[in-house]
Amino acid sequence: MNGAQIPLAEGLNALMAGLILISAFGMVATRQVQGVMRFFILQSAFLAISAFLIGYSRSSIHLWALGAITIAAKVIAIPWVLKRTLPGDLYERREIDQVLNIPASLLLALLLAIAAEFLVGPLVAASTDPVVRVNLPIGLAGILIGAYSLIARREALPQLVGILAMENGAFFAGIALAPDLPLIAELAVAIDVVLIAVVIGVLTRDIKRVIGTTQAAGMTELREGPQPWH
Amino acid sequence: MALIIAIFLPLIAALLCWLKPLRGIAWGITVFCLSLSFALAVVTCHQVLIKGRAIGLAGWFEVDGLGVLMVLLVGFVCTLAAVFAGGYMRHGSQGARRLWWFYCNYNLLVFALIVVPAFADPNLVWVGVELITLFAVLLVAFESTPSALEAAWKFSILTIMGAPISLLGFFVLYWAYRGSGGGTAETWQSLHAMAPAMSPKLLKLSFLLVFVGFGAKAGLVPMHTWLPDAHSQAPTPVCAVLSGVKTSVPLYVVLRLLSVILASPEARMGRWMVIIGLFSVGIAAFLLLQVRDYKRMFAYSTVEHMGIILTAAGFATHGSDYAAVAQMLNHSITKSLCFYAAGIVLLALGTRQIRDVHGLFRLSPFAGAALLLSALAIAGAPPFPIFLSEFSILLAGLRSGHNTAVAILAILIVVAFVAILLQVNSMVFGKPELHSTAEAIPLSCRVAVLVAALPVVVLGVFVPAPIHSLLQLAAQQLGGH
Repeated sequence: MNGAQIPLAEGLNALMAGLILISAFGMVATRQVQGVMRFFILQSAFLAISAFLIGYSRSSIHLWALGAITIAAKVIAIPWVLKRTLPGDLYERREIDQVLNIPASLLLALLLAIAAEFLVGPLVAASTDPVVRVNLPIGLAGILIGAYSLIARREALPQLVGILAMENGAFFAGIALAPDLPLIAELAVAIDVVLIAVVIGVLTRDIKRVIGTTQAAGMTELREGPQPWH
Repeated sequence: MALIIAIFLPLIAALLCWLKPLRGIAWGITVFCLSLSFALAVVTCHQVLIKGRAIGLAGWFEVDGLGVLMVLLVGFVCTLAAVFAGGYMRHGSQGARRLWWFYCNYNLLVFALIVVPAFADPNLVWVGVELITLFAVLLVAFESTPSALEAAWKFSILTIMGAPISLLGFFVLYWAYRGSGGGTAETWQSLHAMAPAMSPKLLKLSFLLVFVGFGAKAGLVPMHTWLPDAHSQAPTPVCAVLSGVKTSVPLYVVLRLLSVILASPEARMGRWMVIIGLFSVGIAAFLLLQVRDYKRMFAYSTVEHMGIILTAAGFATHGSDYAAVAQMLNHSITKSLCFYAAGIVLLALGTRQIRDVHGLFRLSPFAGAALLLSALAIAGAPPFPIFLSEFSILLAGLRSGHNTAVAILAILIVVAFVAILLQVNSMVFGKPELHSTAEAIPLSCRVAVLVAALPVVVLGVFVPAPIHSLLQLAAQQLGGH
């Protein structure tokens, strides 16, 4: 298959897929809270553009709505809400603790992306839909890399962004898999995502107020005692 | 119609509790609306028993036997927990000033819990399950103590992390459904009908993704670590809801999806469900031996019971399905009683540590009797209902030829039984410490305990015909052969 045969919208969608993956790597490679947030906003914007592209090429009003919801929720509302509810020093330019250093993390993220391709590659090979072939592996890679940054980061806000980045991955796959999902379901899902951000934001603020730190590593009061499996 | 009102009454109650002039009577509103909702659920159940299913709004809210069973359980447990909360929150909570906020949030949680089994569209079920998690997180953090916030944080991260994974699972399910030529809207019913035509690989992939996401919410090992934290730190009425129904509702979704898999001739998952279920039972049984906090003890017992239900569903015969839904029913009514008992012990003595409680019978005969009864019932001693359902699970397993699994399950159930009774024995009997006294137990807590104990005592010796036929209907939905 040479380049001329690929319709423009689908080619651009593949470009967006690459950019989404790169912003996922960016989130893993950044050490500052603000930087992680910026990469997340970028990733959400790419997701919205991809939804518009596929929506245009398939003339699907659902995907246009999804793109608009993504911009409203993830590019505008969530960063704004978090900035308002959380105290400013959570956003200061400071370094995030993490379990592995940056190069090792990037290597692991790369491995996860390759693993995602191998996991679902055989499944999508049978599909005649070129968008599914791009979106499902990249979406799964986004989920896995988000999960990694969630586990490796020991700080509330980057953990929340990790969850939202996982959600972006799921949606990117969803654009291809379920383009005609009922609008009500899409709306409900979008509201759910905003609620997740609000609830975790409120929780983070309370933890900051009561415990004084938002480092998850410091929260070890609840445990069973000297047992190997905790 | 009854179904729709039953679903939306908790939402209305939440709205009323939020209104300023009504904040003082938030408890009354909550108890009134939830008991009305439960009564309407009973009416819906009656319709289901006659017609096989009840339709609130076609394509949106439909319940069959399994769905209405869950709606009933949620209604029963949440109504009694609300009654219990009346006395408990006034005496046992530090955040007493924001009680209206507690009830508002509590009603929202109940709404989310009822709406999940009532939804016909699997994608909306995902939304409902996420809403359950969010409202539950806020309730766990309600006391705003450092340990409550820590528990809420671990709870939210571990369970919300599963949300995108299960969302992808539902997208894949939708894709498989469309790929099989399913033209109409996707509902549980149409999924069942189309399952034989759907790609078994995609079905398995979607089940795996949903299982990872929702298994964490149901507290299955190895994603169970949040459960004892959240279930010990939340206010006790919330613990009863969390352990009694909040874990079984995600498990209900998993079982629903498992029945879709069963309807496909090529996709097989039963063996894995048995292995994962046994793993959960095993880890929980041995953790029960060394637990030091009695609320955590009941939380681990929830992990154990979720594992038992999953194992039974994995056997995939009609007999084991019947036992699985019976176990679900029995677990919900018994575990909520356990937490009411634990709540009044906490109110009476003010400590959560097992080793600080001695001679409870002499200090407070009511609390002692409630704790002993609930511990015997949850551990599965005869003649309590859990004994019956666990016994029929073992029997159904033997009949379907899962001899090794049944042997392991039986040993683990005995370990858990011994562990729970050893712990409770040291609390209930013996001499109380010299200067310890017990606080009085509020009336509403006593009422909740007595009402909750009623089905636990009765169902062990006598299962009324309507409940039996409801369980039969529910077991048919699980699709075992």
